[in-house]
Amino acid sequence: MTPVSASPLVRARALTRTYAGARERPFGPRPVTTALHDVDLDIRAESSLGIIGESGSGKSTLVRLLAALDAPTSGTVEVDGRPVDAAGSARSLHWLRSLTGIVFQDPYASLDPRMSVGRIVGEPLWALGAPGDHRARVEEVLLRVGLDAEAAERFPHEFSGGQRQRIALARAIVHRPRLLLADEPLSALDVSVRARIIDLLARLRTEEDLTLVLVSHDIGVVAHVCDEIAVMKDGRIVERGRTADVLARPRHPYTRELLAAAPVLPPAPDGAARDREDVGRRD
Amino acid sequence: MSLSVQDLTIDIGGRRVVDGVSFTVPDGARVGLIGESGSGKSLTALAILGLLPDAATVGGRILWDDRDLRDLDDRTLARIRGREIGMVFQEPQTALNPVRRVGRQMTESLRIHTGRSRADAASRAIELAERMALPDPARIVRRYPHQLSGGQRQRVALAAALACAPRLIIADEPTTALDVTVQAGILTLLRDLVEDEGRGLLFITHDLAVLSLVATRGVVLHRGRVVEDAPVQALLTAPASEITRGLLRDARATSWSPQTQTPSETPQGEERR
Repeated sequence: MTPVSASPLVRARALTRTYAGARERPFGPRPVTTALHDVDLDIRAESSLGIIGESGSGKSTLVRLLAALDAPTSGTVEVDGRPVDAAGSARSLHWLRSLTGIVFQDPYASLDPRMSVGRIVGEPLWALGAPGDHRARVEEVLLRVGLDAEAAERFPHEFSGGQRQRIALARAIVHRPRLLLADEPLSALDVSVRARIIDLLARLRTEEDLTLVLVSHDIGVVAHVCDEIAVMKDGRIVERGRTADVLARPRHPYTRELLAAAPVLPPAPDGAARDREDVGRRD
Repeated sequence: MSLSVQDLTIDIGGRRVVDGVSFTVPDGARVGLIGESGSGKSLTALAILGLLPDAATVGGRILWDDRDLRDLDDRTLARIRGREIGMVFQEPQTALNPVRRVGRQMTESLRIHTGRSRADAASRAIELAERMALPDPARIVRRYPHQLSGGQRQRVALAAALACAPRLIIADEPTTALDVTVQAGILTLLRDLVEDEGRGLLFITHDLAVLSLVATRGVVLHRGRVVEDAPVQALLTAPASEITRGLLRDARATSWSPQTQTPSETPQGEERR
């Protein structure tokens, strides 16, 4: 019964986003696609929510709206009790930017190849005019994600996919946000690298007291990191609940289909799920 | 027809990236090559197909029945590729030509290798689309790749690989770029196509869970060497090599199963809703 959790960190109401598609013939009507349909979503502070669904289910659209990277057609988003006006000026969104960090899917596309890692990671501090020693904070956060402080002097192309995703994570948390939005941060990575980044996400989440929203089409990924799951299909949230409950007793047919589609390995020989501490830290 | 790779080596820029790899894919068998990125699995596949860049030096033998594919001239090899050995690659988006209708791309190899007429090929394309469980086959063959979803594109690439009824299909991470549900559909389709018609399959992946869905035998690569070659069941239940054990641990840590430990609930979790 902690009173802190009374109001959610993120509160979305009747969120809808439609897109006009390309005309199928000249002067014809533009077909309208509803990417997100009347979605209500509360995210408690310091919880971790996994959003799963297939491509086109609206999960990325939802995250883009929460991060004010896109404006809803109708509906509202509040973060930390303040309304988010995505159409507002960049300056008017400073408060939201300092509250949130974002990681995207493709670590090859999301890092500017001409900027040193130090500049990439430190850019949010500079852009938000954060006080304090930026260089020291960059060093600290690079160590935190499992890289060397010397990485700051190097450039993205010198790093592997997994290391780049660590850089992207460092950039996302450098300004000490409360909310971390991660849109398919593991999809482009090998299974072995994925396992290590999952560990890192879980660790950062607790160490930095983050509220985590993790978008993935892969149930396996969210099962290990998130304590709640929201399942999306055709622009709607069709099921939401605690991870263990949803996995053990899926209610919506689509959730069952997702679970059935995930490749399942035979149980570990010693019966228990192996702890992941013994996994090496190299990417 | 069986494929036998013997003591394969690949050197690129003075570095040995594949070092003495040997394995066989007997006629009709489903074999997986598995390893982390940089283990040499994709290079091995490209070497079999004779598709490595000139900068790579290949040693060892690649026997397709009694013929060493390395001894064949480009024209003979081109006749084997597509006709006797079909291939599917990771990214259907880049494997398909964006300005050609998908029906034509499905049957391109058929027209090249068997000289079928255009009309003949067009009707075969519709058959193939049907076999691939693509919706509305007669219409979809007239479409362009960008009008299809990722899963549909991979089905088209699979159809192209199968058009000439090859004896062996080499598939390099064909589902990595796809959704889980779509992935399951493609893998089932691939396994059925191979199984029903007694074709061989060489499946390349980094994911042991995926491998277990399609292959019966797995060859584990690490830094260009084979570290284990065993039935998939054995790899999953009694892995002999430390590398395989690591792959299995990683696969468990990233996939879901009824044993998966979900993160412990925060105390506030109890009072929500």
